[in-house]
Amino acid sequence: MFAVKDQGKISGVGHTAFGRTPSDGRTELSLMLEATLAAVADAGLTPDAIDGIVAPIVGATVEQFATNLGLGDLAFSASLDLGGATPVASLGLAALAVASGRAHHVLIPTGTVAFSANRMRDCAKDPAALTAIGKPLRDHYLPFGATAPGHWYALMAQRHLIEYGTPPEAFGAIAVACRKHAQLNDNAVMQGRPLTMDDYLASPWVNRPYRLHDCSLEADGAGAVIVSAADDRTAGSSHDSVLITAVAEGRAYPADDLINRPDMLTIGLTHAAPRAWNSAGLGPEDMDFAQIYDCFTFEALQQLEEAGFCPRGKGERFVADGNIELGGRLPMNTAGGLLSEAHIIGINHVIEAVRQLRHEAGARQVADARAGAVTGFGDFADGSIAILTRGGS
Amino acid sequence: MTVAPPAPPYPATDGLTGEYYRFVAAGHLHFQRCSDCRAWRHLPRLLCPECRSFRWAWERSSGRGRVYTWTVLERSLHEAFTELPIAPVVVTMFEGVRLVSWVVDRTPAELHAGLEVGFDVDRSIRDRPLPVFRAGDPT
Repeated sequence: MFAVKDQGKISGVGHTAFGRTPSDGRTELSLMLEATLAAVADAGLTPDAIDGIVAPIVGATVEQFATNLGLGDLAFSASLDLGGATPVASLGLAALAVASGRAHHVLIPTGTVAFSANRMRDCAKDPAALTAIGKPLRDHYLPFGATAPGHWYALMAQRHLIEYGTPPEAFGAIAVACRKHAQLNDNAVMQGRPLTMDDYLASPWVNRPYRLHDCSLEADGAGAVIVSAADDRTAGSSHDSVLITAVAEGRAYPADDLINRPDMLTIGLTHAAPRAWNSAGLGPEDMDFAQIYDCFTFEALQQLEEAGFCPRGKGERFVADGNIELGGRLPMNTAGGLLSEAHIIGINHVIEAVRQLRHEAGARQVADARAGAVTGFGDFADGSIAILTRGGS
Repeated sequence: MTVAPPAPPYPATDGLTGEYYRFVAAGHLHFQRCSDCRAWRHLPRLLCPECRSFRWAWERSSGRGRVYTWTVLERSLHEAFTELPIAPVVVTMFEGVRLVSWVVDRTPAELHAGLEVGFDVDRSIRDRPLPVFRAGDPT
């Protein structure tokens, strides 16, 4: 059980502009500090109220944040290693910290300069930087040309096609939904560039079964989230409250080798999601929206299945007919997602969930949103999921 | 004057990985096998994940397996892999372990799940023989 149900809240969120233009040589740390100051202000705090930090997976250390922010007494710090599943998993750790009294206000910063400098596709040049999976990659994947995340995950996608006959339109429905939602988001990289299913199907192959429009947007940007105790009267008091109702993380076995899994379609979220639903006392059918980690379209389809929104192999039907678009039965990736807003390592999914639950999402607001799920996915299919709810609901 | 193509990413030459690839260089495919519960395993590990025994030995594989999944690169994202398409293929060995490899006598379009393949050594890459597979003549 998640022993701290509803005892932590997201008291503040902040972000930079997300973009695919040269960012004047700004570093991940610079972007994350900008987002942090925005999140602190959003929470109604001053920076020196921060006494806990969960480190980002790339770009800066706890020490660099503490030093730049002038934090004289940091009571709690931690780092996780779940790749893109880290920001969502960090919500759980931060909630434990504030519920136990170990810290009062925990900062979760995440940022990237994946467009202008450190492209994920170049990870073969320095596999050791991927600490959890670098050596297996170097020794057994990269020599055969499987050098980029899209290559590794496509091995799962192709297996899904083999087992379930998944058609390209199932991937395309996700790309189209995300792009449609991005039109309502001024900070989305793909605002002003709509996408139809025909456009999707005509887009060139990158690596089969992934076309160009199956791939997320390497971008520059950062986001930050502040987690405080739910009963803290100061932090976040100017907003409607967003409670951390449950968080879970999980890894598939073996965690550091994608292909030697008895069932290659079992991912970290397969283990994590039931824990989160049980802890929350809520189920997929109770969610008003979902922000699903869409580094590639198939990964979002797979996570819908593994999180229990539909049975495995039934994602094709679940995403059809506008069901995952605003106005559908489960609006998904309402800001455009990693596919059409920007790939900010999933912190942007957390921020969008908070906007929705505060009813601050403007033209893309899900009517009367009271509960939503956010997932994370990274490395060799590590997974995380947070169930967030609107306070007082 | 011709310029040598960029080197592909190299695996480690030391430790268990080095031992694994030295067998390949000698023309044989070996995997670890637990000396107690007899479970095969790959990638190389210190402990048997089935019975937690430290006791193991390299044993020669049947060399036979079946195609499990693959991806077909149609756009180069790495300077060493520019002759496209190229298909990293996952093969399930009859011993149960899997590895990433290539099926060198089939085009990507000819791949299908369950295609039976046999081990061979690719020596086209400088200093680094790789384990690859052949499907042989269609029967």
